[in-house]
Amino acid sequence: MSDDSPLIQVRGLKNSFGDQIVHEGLDLDVRRREILGVVGGSGTGKSVLMRSIIGLQTPDEGEITVFGESMIDRPEEEAKHVRRRWGILFQGGVVFSTLTVAENVQVPIREYFPYMDETLLDEIAAYKIVMSGLGPEVGPKFPSELSGGMRKRAGIARALALDPELMFLDEPTAGLDPIGAAQFDDLIVQLRDALGLTVFLITHDLDTLYAICDRVAVLADRKVVAIGTIPELLALDHEWIQEYFRGPRGRAAATVDKRERARG
Amino acid sequence: MSIMPDFTETSEDGRCVLRFSGNLTLARIRKFSQRLDGVRGDRLLLDVSGVDRMDTVGAWLMYKLQRDRGAEVVGASDEHRSLLEQVEKADQPVKVRPDRTPAFQRVLAQIGAGTAVAGRTLYGLLGFFGALLISLWSLITHPRRLRINAVVTNFEHVGVHALPIVGLMSFLVGIVIAQQGAVQLRQFGAEVFTINLVGRSSIKELGLLMTAIMVAGRSGSAFAAQIGSMKLSEEVDAMRTIGVSPVEALVVPRVLATVLLMPVLGFYASVLAVIGGGMFVWIDLGIPPITFVQRLREVVPMTDLWQMLIKAPVFGLIISMAGCFQGLQVEGNAESVGLRTTAAVVQAIFLVVVLDAFFAVFFTSIGWL
Repeated sequence: MSDDSPLIQVRGLKNSFGDQIVHEGLDLDVRRREILGVVGGSGTGKSVLMRSIIGLQTPDEGEITVFGESMIDRPEEEAKHVRRRWGILFQGGVVFSTLTVAENVQVPIREYFPYMDETLLDEIAAYKIVMSGLGPEVGPKFPSELSGGMRKRAGIARALALDPELMFLDEPTAGLDPIGAAQFDDLIVQLRDALGLTVFLITHDLDTLYAICDRVAVLADRKVVAIGTIPELLALDHEWIQEYFRGPRGRAAATVDKRERARG
Repeated sequence: MSIMPDFTETSEDGRCVLRFSGNLTLARIRKFSQRLDGVRGDRLLLDVSGVDRMDTVGAWLMYKLQRDRGAEVVGASDEHRSLLEQVEKADQPVKVRPDRTPAFQRVLAQIGAGTAVAGRTLYGLLGFFGALLISLWSLITHPRRLRINAVVTNFEHVGVHALPIVGLMSFLVGIVIAQQGAVQLRQFGAEVFTINLVGRSSIKELGLLMTAIMVAGRSGSAFAAQIGSMKLSEEVDAMRTIGVSPVEALVVPRVLATVLLMPVLGFYASVLAVIGGGMFVWIDLGIPPITFVQRLREVVPMTDLWQMLIKAPVFGLIISMAGCFQGLQVEGNAESVGLRTTAAVVQAIFLVVVLDAFFAVFFTSIGWL
């Protein structure tokens, strides 16, 4: 597998629920070490696309390869090796409610490396928790004792547990305060630079799109209608894209971005 | 280059130099970290120029040597250096495990907490009963607010769907009573009294008791789990903010359905128990059904049926209230739903049996023998 081949490749994807067709003929490439933002109106199947790629949803038609390996109809044992290499944060920031935050972080490590030294496990959990922006006191707490934003960070800490090469994030900054969201953006960029992470990021946060995404894929009309940098997208004559980026919120985010770039 | 992490230990200018190679990653670190702990010598110099890949776990091990043993890291690439910085920034005294208290203290705390919970449960149950009565009163004054559809749906779940299992169980219990009774009474040549035994015990006690246990297991638990998971997903809170009373919308239909159906189910169960007993008596003792029914009419007084019909709605009330109350007590996580569901069933059955004893004493004392 050469280094410039796409990390995720989706070809001719079709997904439907009963009569309702969500995707048809959807193509998508995610390159190595890029942060790809995925946007689209509600109900355009952003989460379904993510679920198809990670194998939670079997598509009607189409080919999906991740790390150059086909993900469709794979035996559980083989899929496990691929799963070890990615981390996922679901929309609700789902953490196991009966385990403490530290135990949550340790779950994937214990699953894949059952003979890991307990002290090292605790140390790993500790620094992952701090890395994901949580205070040192939350380690022994249960998810029900945390706020929504903190739960999301705990989810991020768990997604980071195995030092993944690929991260799937479903609306990670939704429900975070602006300061927390900006910190989270920084965290993603830092991790990408340090670990060579590739990030598949579903978001509606225009600030995040401007600040960290290398490319943005737009889902509409059951497929990816456009993919590229934000200036490239703005040059396109597509009604929804124009409305999305040129709307009041889009303009505000763009101004902030320009100001920050000018400041360096 | 090998991907297994490895290091060589040499001594240069009085410093202990560790030269690392391979992949310093989570997947291959297990034995390696133990070996690393075994390194003695001081003024460590860590040469990581030969390292191929490093992740945060590898960086953490390097950082720990830096922090605890004053080691110096050389030959790190920019990426590795930034990883080390990341890890260093993330190093804060984090508490990973909850505090452990001594066993004796824990036991005391548990007893205390248990007592407090029991008190609070009783208090809460009283409040809940009050809320139920208020809702019922407001439904009596505004009958159109009653959710007929919900009541009917619960009729189906609590009653109709329970018919096969309740019937089968009662039928079998009837056979068992008849069989055991016949074996014992035969020793005195009094087999014919098996009919008294089957008729009176089934109608007065066993039919209803079996039904209550079944309904508590089937429906009481379902109520607790349904309402509990609605509570978890904040549906109950949403209801309250819209102005819908959860007691009126969720509890009243379930309680009404159970209270109204318990006498019916209890009667049905008693009849099937009697039929089961009758079958056994017919086959084993050769007493034909006609005789059996005639004898039943002589020995089973009407008051037995009244007793059953009076107890049934009370049991229904207890079962449905325990289920709904426990459901509304769910808090926090999925585990709590399980605990509350268990508590609902245990409480319901316990209270039913206790009350049954009180009823037995009461009815005897008023002369309904």
